[in-house]
Amino acid sequence: MACSATAKILQPLSIRSAEKSQSCSKMLSPSSFLGSTPLPKKLFSVNKTISPLARRSATIVAVSSDVVKEKKLKSTQNLLITKEEGLVLYEDMYLGRAFEDMCAQMYYRGKMFGFVHLYNGQEAVSTGFIKLLKKEDCVVSTYRDHVHALSKGVPARQVMSELFGKTTGCCRGQGGSMHMFSKEHNVLGGFAFIGEGIPVATGAAFTSKYKREVFKEDCDEVTLAFFGDGTCNNGQFFECLNMATLWKLPIVFVVENNLWAIGMSHLRSTSDPQIWKKGPAFGMPGVHVDGMDVLKVREVAKEAVSRARRGEGPTLVECETYRFRGHSLADPDELRDPAEKAHYATRDPITALKKYVIENKLASEAELKAIEKKIDEEVEEAVEFADKSPVPERSQLLENVFADPKGFGIGPDGKYRCEDPKFTQGTAQV
Amino acid sequence: MAAMLHSVGVTSASVTSNKFTAFSINSLPVIRSESRTVSFAINGTRKTGKVTTKAVATQAENPTSAASKPGHELLLFEALREGLEEEMDRDPRVCVFGEDVGHYGGSYKVTKGLADKYGDLRVLDTPIAENSFTGMAVGAAMTGLRPIVEGMNMGFLLLAFNQISDNCGMLHYTSGGQFTIPTVIRGPGGVGRQLGAEHSQRLESYFQSIPGIQMVACSTPYNAKGLMKAAIRSENPVVLFEHVLLYNLKERIPDEEYILSLEEAEMVRPGEHVTILTYSRMRYHVMQAAKTLVNKGYDPEVIDIRSLKPFDLYTIGNSVKKTHRVLIVEECMRTGGIGASLTASINENFHDYLDAPIVCLSSQDVPTPYAGTLEEWTVVQPSQIVTAVEQLCKQ
Repeated sequence: MACSATAKILQPLSIRSAEKSQSCSKMLSPSSFLGSTPLPKKLFSVNKTISPLARRSATIVAVSSDVVKEKKLKSTQNLLITKEEGLVLYEDMYLGRAFEDMCAQMYYRGKMFGFVHLYNGQEAVSTGFIKLLKKEDCVVSTYRDHVHALSKGVPARQVMSELFGKTTGCCRGQGGSMHMFSKEHNVLGGFAFIGEGIPVATGAAFTSKYKREVFKEDCDEVTLAFFGDGTCNNGQFFECLNMATLWKLPIVFVVENNLWAIGMSHLRSTSDPQIWKKGPAFGMPGVHVDGMDVLKVREVAKEAVSRARRGEGPTLVECETYRFRGHSLADPDELRDPAEKAHYATRDPITALKKYVIENKLASEAELKAIEKKIDEEVEEAVEFADKSPVPERSQLLENVFADPKGFGIGPDGKYRCEDPKFTQGTAQV
Repeated sequence: MAAMLHSVGVTSASVTSNKFTAFSINSLPVIRSESRTVSFAINGTRKTGKVTTKAVATQAENPTSAASKPGHELLLFEALREGLEEEMDRDPRVCVFGEDVGHYGGSYKVTKGLADKYGDLRVLDTPIAENSFTGMAVGAAMTGLRPIVEGMNMGFLLLAFNQISDNCGMLHYTSGGQFTIPTVIRGPGGVGRQLGAEHSQRLESYFQSIPGIQMVACSTPYNAKGLMKAAIRSENPVVLFEHVLLYNLKERIPDEEYILSLEEAEMVRPGEHVTILTYSRMRYHVMQAAKTLVNKGYDPEVIDIRSLKPFDLYTIGNSVKKTHRVLIVEECMRTGGIGASLTASINENFHDYLDAPIVCLSSQDVPTPYAGTLEEWTVVQPSQIVTAVEQLCKQ
């Protein structure tokens, strides 16, 4: 059943006439989510003795690689992407991977410290969603935010500098790995505590609605909130699902379900592990998609983002994905089953896209290699730039604590503390 | 909208389609008091050095106006509302989030009538989710709005501590200065009339260590309106502490527009013998004690510190240098309260000027009991203040 239903997904027309309507798309508007995983209506019970890998394989694996296995390519009409789009997607995913690999190297060489969380394996989600956005759209992430920032357009050299703690970093070295912000590219963070970014994203979506309804502007800006499976048990997640639907905010909640919250398996911590189902409980569509397949993610993302732009409200998208590395560079990653890791290694989203692009003759091997070379050079250059950049001076210490430095108050001499000449040296008493 | 900007005399650099850049901090007339040594009437009316005048011509043109005194009388919660309304009129980016602020008008009527005037989006009734709607305010502030978060009771904001500390306080810094969070977080706190332990909390002591926020406490209709307006106009996140028992205070306030400085303290009663530092409701206990003290021949100098973070060490310091004795009267708990920080601060900066150790009268370190008698004994009463001053002056 799974296979035949999947074949229908690839052809845009047939899904609307599919007899088996999915429980999730039944939920609301006529929009249906191409690329989403058709899950059996009957809910299977969670059998905890079955390993996560086996359980997943019962429902997902059969569906997964069909996009790339499809060989009926008489004309490009059947394809989901054009050549240009394919190259953009490939370049973005490869950048994410190359950058994160370089981070690991630099960390072990002692160039960056603290908690660094790498995104290897999850690139399809970031690329699939963020490459659809305009510059004015906002992205909010968690501590696993390097690649979201890169996909949104923050230059690699700025992200690398930030990781090295230099003044040329996107946050002047003050944020670090877990706090990537960019006003220019509307990356609203970078949050260390999981869940605390979701209300911020909800607020950004609120501003979009406010601009439309109070300022009467023609605003269709959308906000994407990325977070993981662990966050979906957190109160802020549910509170925001409620408010987003209540006010029909233009937001998409993207769950990057990689099955593990450090060492806590999703199945051990969640009463109902199917996160997409929590959307309809709050009145929004909940969609499930294979997060290792960038084309599927992109199709679902297109619909979710358009829904938001049209003013139809939020969507909850659960992307089943996997992280190839540990939770962070400090995580020995001994708990996960090697068989599970090996399985997902075969489903590398970058390899899958490469295969798709080449088999569908969208680009040649040489063109892709050229992109890879370009990205490798870009990442090398980012490291060089970061290396050469200066470390913050003492004078930077007291800057940016307050937007209005009068907030440091009035000193005993009657002058504002920020007027003290030592303030700019970073040695003033505050 | 452009017309509205010009009518209040705000010069904006460029009123382009991007309305968010129209208000630069340089175009706002922030009032800083220049007259610190002038004596003021005890009822709290006060002239600031510079007052921004609204284009109100009616007063001069109508000599037979019913009010023989200038200004208008109102209650503290009405003053807060007036300040809020003026700012919402002036800047369409200002909005309010909170429980029951809209249709209900606010549990203490501070936002009464505003939802009818400005709509449900500008005065947003939120579900009961403090952490999330405070976070929403942060996100809205980052993307250009100027939200005011009302905690129905300040104690409820403990649920929003994550957002207040991490995002309001620190986000400007961790983003390298890219995003500002011009939010105001306000609500009633303090010990009321037998409200029980959880509704009687003083959050100023919990929030004071958070870097990046400012805290102010209002105590009269005059300073309530002024501080509300200043907090809304500030680019920093400001926590405005109101007190449940002070909402019905009546005072005559000026008709002209005015805003007060967020960082300054207020001289309530100049004196010679002892400096009494206080804020919020305790100001009234202190003034009551002051009457008794004056009858007994003492001359206390009473300062309402208003700015809980940062402290106005100039006003405080000048007073210490004059009187050499300090009594702090606060409603916070003894441990880790505002008084504790203030004591440390004064000792550090003005130790040489002190003739006696600083005395700090705070609430007992107990959860506020329900029973009326017990509740009375947890907070500082005027008789205790009198005794403390007498002892302090003996040394």
